[in-house]
Amino acid sequence: MTLGSLRHEIRIDAPADIVWERVNDAANLHEWFPGMTACTLDGNQRIVSLASGAVLPEEILVRDSIERRFQYRITAPIFTYHRGTIDVIDLGDGTCEVIYSTDADPRTMALLIASGTRHALVELKRQMESLETSR
Amino acid sequence: MGRKILFVTTDQQRYDALGCNGGMLARTPVVDALAASGHRYERAVPQSVVCMPSRSTIITGQHPSTHGVWMNGVPLPGDAPSVAALLHDSGYRTAIIGKPHFEPFLDPFAYFPENRFATLGMSGPYRGFDHYESATHTPAGALHYARWIAREHPEALAWFYPVLDGQLEVNAAGGGATGAPQVHDNAVPREWYHTDWVADRTIAWLDSLAVEDDWFCWMSFPDPHHPWDPPVAEMHRVDWREVLLPEGYIEDAVERERVLDGKPKHWRAWYDGRLVSNYEAPATWVPATLTADQVREVNARNAVECELIDEALGRVLTAIAARGWDDDVDVIFTTDHGELQGDFGLLFKGPYHVDGLMRLPLVWRPAPSIQNNPSVITKPVGLVDLAPTFCQIAGLPVPEWMEGRPLPVDDGDADQRGFERVLTEWDSELFGVGVHLRTITRDGWVCTTYQPGYSHDGTEGELYNLLDDPLQRVNRWDDPSLAALRSDLLADLWDHQPERRLPLRDVDAPV
Repeated sequence: MTLGSLRHEIRIDAPADIVWERVNDAANLHEWFPGMTACTLDGNQRIVSLASGAVLPEEILVRDSIERRFQYRITAPIFTYHRGTIDVIDLGDGTCEVIYSTDADPRTMALLIASGTRHALVELKRQMESLETSR
Repeated sequence: MGRKILFVTTDQQRYDALGCNGGMLARTPVVDALAASGHRYERAVPQSVVCMPSRSTIITGQHPSTHGVWMNGVPLPGDAPSVAALLHDSGYRTAIIGKPHFEPFLDPFAYFPENRFATLGMSGPYRGFDHYESATHTPAGALHYARWIAREHPEALAWFYPVLDGQLEVNAAGGGATGAPQVHDNAVPREWYHTDWVADRTIAWLDSLAVEDDWFCWMSFPDPHHPWDPPVAEMHRVDWREVLLPEGYIEDAVERERVLDGKPKHWRAWYDGRLVSNYEAPATWVPATLTADQVREVNARNAVECELIDEALGRVLTAIAARGWDDDVDVIFTTDHGELQGDFGLLFKGPYHVDGLMRLPLVWRPAPSIQNNPSVITKPVGLVDLAPTFCQIAGLPVPEWMEGRPLPVDDGDADQRGFERVLTEWDSELFGVGVHLRTITRDGWVCTTYQPGYSHDGTEGELYNLLDDPLQRVNRWDDPSLAALRSDLLADLWDHQPERRLPLRDVDAPV
C-alpha cells in the first residue's frame, strides 16, 4: 500500500460563507498557508512556491460554492497520485468546520504535505477569527 | 577555569563496535584508551531506539514521554529545556557540530530552524548552542555539510548513496559486492567525507576559543548509521570476506525463524516482508532475503566507519592537547541507539527492544586533573543521565526538570545512589500502523510490555535473562515459573514510567 491518506480539521468561529470565500481565493493560498511563499494562477493551473525553494505545479479540479468544496492535485512528477480537498462545513451557529484532506502516492508526500495543511488551518482560523473580531 | 566537556556521539552504533567492549572487527584505540583511563559502562540503555526521541532525551535529560518527541518526525519544541542553554548561561561557550536531528529532516515548507541556518549562512545560536554546524549521512538537504560539498566539491554530490528512494522511503537498493541494502561504493575521498568534516569543523571551532574559555562541544558524527558507504579508498581496512558472522546472526534459517516465532508477531511479520511497522527500515526490503555474505559486508563497512570516527576523534584530542587543555577536558563518548546489524537475520532498527538496539557504548573519561579511578560500571544507566552529568561536571545543580542523575563512577556509587533500572519507550503511529512498547532493564532482565496496537492486543511481551541468554533468543514472557518476576518488573516499570505528555504532538514528517 503506497497511498497515504491524512485529514486535519479545525472549527472556526466565523460564518461558512466568509471562510469559503477565503478558501476559494485560489490565487492567494500562500496568504494563509505558512511555508508557502507565492502562488500564480492561470485558469485552473496553479503554481505554488515553497519556502524550501521547491515549486509545485497544481491543477484545480473542483471549486463548488454550493458544497463549499475546493479540490486540487499536485502534478509534480514525484506524485503518482495527489488530491488535496478542503471542505467548509456550516455548523449552523455562525461557525464552521474546515476539513483539509490529503491523499497522495507516495505516501510519504501525504505526510509532508499534510503537515503543511495542519499549519494552514491554524493560520486560516487565526485570520478568519481576527477578521470577525474586527467587524 | 572549570572543566571543559567534549561530548562525542555517533549514530546507530552497537556496544560491540568498540574494542574496549570486546569488539574484534573495528580498531578503536582512541576510545579504548579513554575507557582504560576513565569509566566504561557495560549496560548503557537509550530511552528510545530511534534518533529524534533519543537525541531529545540527551539534550533535555528527560524521557520521551516527558519531552514529547514520541517518534521520529515529531519536532522538539524550540523552547524545550536544554542542557546546552544551562551551560551557556553559566558562562560556557557551547557548540553542536554534526548531526543534530531534534527536528525533522524532511521539511518542504522550511518550518524548522535546524534546516534553515545553512541556507541563511548562519551558524547559531540554536537551543543554547552558540555555534551550530550541521551534517547528516549524505550531502542531500539543507544542512551545512551539504552546502559545503555543493560549494567546494560539487562533483561528489552524486557519489553518495541516496538514503531515500524516489518514493521518499528508506532506500532498499543494494550495492557493494553482495547487493546488501544501503551498501554502496562511495568514491568520495576521506577528507571530504562527513566524519572528517565534523572533526575539521570541531577543531576550527575549538581554535576560535580563548584559552581561558570553558566550553561544551557536542561533536555528533552521522556514522556508522546506514548507508554503509564509507570512502571506498578506506575499504582495504576490513575485508568483508574475512569477517566472522556476528554472534547474534543465526545462520540456520529454520532455527532463526523458530527464534523469531517465539517473539511478538511483528518480528516475524517484518522478517517475512508482511509488515514494515515503522519508517526506519526500507519499506520494500524483505529481511528473509538477507544472506550471510550481506551480513559480513555490512559489518565490514560499519567497522570501517567506526575506525574513521575513532581516528577523527584522535585528531580532535590532539588539537585539544595542542591548546593545553587536555588535563581539564572531560570526554564522554556514546551513541543515540544501536543497530541490529544481522541479529536474528535483521538490519536497521525498529520496535525491537533487544541488545542490538538497546546496549550502547558509553565511555566517560573525566578530566585528568580530578584524578579519578578508572572503573567498569555494570549497573544500568541511561542516556537520560547524560545531561545531569554535564551539569555536575560544570559544577551546576541538576535542575528539577531533568529526570536522570549524574552517571555513577563505579558500581559502589551506583548501588549507593540506586541505579537499579532504566526505562525505554517506543511509540509509532504511521499510515494506520501503531506500535507501543514500554521496557524496563533491571537486575539482569529486560522486560517489554506491548500496549494495544496494529499487531498487538496488549497481552504480548518479551522477557529475557541477560546473563543466561545474552543474545535474547528465548522469550520467557509466558514462562509460568517467572510469572512473579514478570509482575514485579512490570509493576516497577509502571511505578517509574513518566506519564505521557498529552495531547501528543503532531508528526510533521517520517524522519
